[in-house]
Amino acid sequence: MTAVRRFEHDRSKIGQHVPGWDQPADLEKEPAEVPDPATTPVPEDLRAQIEAHMANYPDRRSATLPALAAAQRVHGWCSPEAIEQVACVMRVTPAYLDSVATFYDMLETSPVGRHSVYVCTNISCSLCGADELYEAMLAAVEDSPDVNVRSFECLGACDIAPMASVDGVYVGPLTPSDVPQLLEDLRAERPILPDKQLARRLVADPRANSSEFPLHPIEGGR
Amino acid sequence: MSAAAGSPMLLFTDIDEPGLSTLEVYERRGGYLSLRKALTMTPEEVLEQLKMSGLRGRGGAGFAMGTKVSFLPKGSMDKYLVCNADESEPGTFKDRELMQKTPHSLIEGIVIAAFAAGTNRAFIYIRGEYQLQADILDAALHEAHSAGYVGENILDSGLSLSLVVHRGAGAYICGEETGLLDSLEGKRGNPRLKPPFPAIQGLYQGPTLINNVETLSTVPSIIQMSGEEYAKLGVETSTGTKLVSVSGHVKRPGNYEVELGVPSREIIYGLAGGPPDGREVKCWFPGGSSSPVLKGEDLDVPYDFDSLAKAGSMLGSGAIIVVDDSTPILDVAMKTAKFYRHESCGKCTPCREGTNWTVKMLERIDAGEATPMDLDIMASVQEHIIGNCLCVLGDAMAMPIGSMIAKFRDEFEAHMEERRLAHA
Repeated sequence: MTAVRRFEHDRSKIGQHVPGWDQPADLEKEPAEVPDPATTPVPEDLRAQIEAHMANYPDRRSATLPALAAAQRVHGWCSPEAIEQVACVMRVTPAYLDSVATFYDMLETSPVGRHSVYVCTNISCSLCGADELYEAMLAAVEDSPDVNVRSFECLGACDIAPMASVDGVYVGPLTPSDVPQLLEDLRAERPILPDKQLARRLVADPRANSSEFPLHPIEGGR
Repeated sequence: MSAAAGSPMLLFTDIDEPGLSTLEVYERRGGYLSLRKALTMTPEEVLEQLKMSGLRGRGGAGFAMGTKVSFLPKGSMDKYLVCNADESEPGTFKDRELMQKTPHSLIEGIVIAAFAAGTNRAFIYIRGEYQLQADILDAALHEAHSAGYVGENILDSGLSLSLVVHRGAGAYICGEETGLLDSLEGKRGNPRLKPPFPAIQGLYQGPTLINNVETLSTVPSIIQMSGEEYAKLGVETSTGTKLVSVSGHVKRPGNYEVELGVPSREIIYGLAGGPPDGREVKCWFPGGSSSPVLKGEDLDVPYDFDSLAKAGSMLGSGAIIVVDDSTPILDVAMKTAKFYRHESCGKCTPCREGTNWTVKMLERIDAGEATPMDLDIMASVQEHIIGNCLCVLGDAMAMPIGSMIAKFRDEFEAHMEERRLAHA
């Protein structure tokens, strides 16, 4: 194998969408082709979901993001196997899907914990103490690989800053002291900090986001 | 209290009424009557109302919506309408509120706009993080479909429209209209060269109308009250009401609906309560983190498109971020620059390298390794980004950073000196 060393690169420092360019390229390997349906088993449920997504668009490739998201729900991350299965159903090459999966923050290209906690550390949240919250969250999950804590760009909930998205459920405003309860709820598969969920926040309440967090029935929430 | 005293509420009327997100409640308070009214008119008449309203796009660029619709070529080719619900501009959370609380306003607005623009396929591109809102939209869309407001032959008018909620997967750049189109086509969200503009060649190479959630959600009100009446709200070149997301160092962060042209002080102090007691406004972003910062002395600038432009900033997405005097300006600059570095798609050199070097130079200040000349270099890097890329992501960093260097140079220099001595 002819391995070409690329420029050594610290991704955490560059922080841009260029994963993979520090990895050696195997120039002799044939590019992967569109997988053969006869030899690629795909879970029936996943296949049905991807086909339903493809039917929504004039061009089947538009279903790439929803299809990868569906595969990620099944496999936990966009593993080579997941990519292979999506490629097989969508009739595109795995390389095409890889190129897409590496671009988007919510598609995981390496194995991660079962639960995801996105802590918003953008400007509004960090003005309200998000960096301390993130540190506390990281420290609390240090030895639990099942929870994937990461700092995230603005999640669009600056009214409940500092906040986090816990398996997709927005909660805030949080303080480091909320972290143990949050993780306990997460592990027990209970609703996460029900009193702090965005879903029950009133718009037109002057007390909203104050210490008297308004109680409002959760609609359409989980 | 969602609006300044006495100012009208269009988007936030009964916003907290329980069940407003369901068709039953939405219809009970007059929902879909605007659509029925629009369907009795011709598409040209609807377009005329939109033009007369003077409604300017609420996503950031502030382009007149009626004019944008009229750019779509006539004819029977496949045309598309895309609702930009990829709300990612730091500080902005107004579209989230609209989609969560009153999703049918958006759907109704989309059907009316599609009728005016002559499109029969529409997509809502919602950011992947908004799972709750996407679920609510899906449920609302299902209801609207069953009731015949979306789909084939809407209300026996002959108009057909397919509408799909498309979930993104986390990328700020997909809020840029051409990046969004590439992403919707199933690619990496890289912006395209313009022209051709999306109105001529957009999604799947077809003419495409792209509008923000708030813009489209306003359309039913315009049809209901007529464009002429709508234009009486606000000020001459910025008509109507606007949702303002106020966050950062204020006592009551949240979304407020205001009539355009109210003094900014009224929003920051009157509605949002101002900074915590004993603190002063140091600087504020009037339109998301992409807008040049203004200082406390600019608080009396009327909050509308042209007044803010005249003051050297912009209304942008209508997101006010308040920074009080307890925060060093370097921290604000660093957060802002790091965000744009992370989100740069890497296609254009000035943005990819410029965002990267700006962060490095800011880190140098913090490490005590910088000299005042570095500020000049940093300012010149910003100038070389602006206008030199396919999209405005680079500009979106260059404008606020440039304004911070210009307005807080003394503080940067003091910080630099302090760090240098600390590390000596």
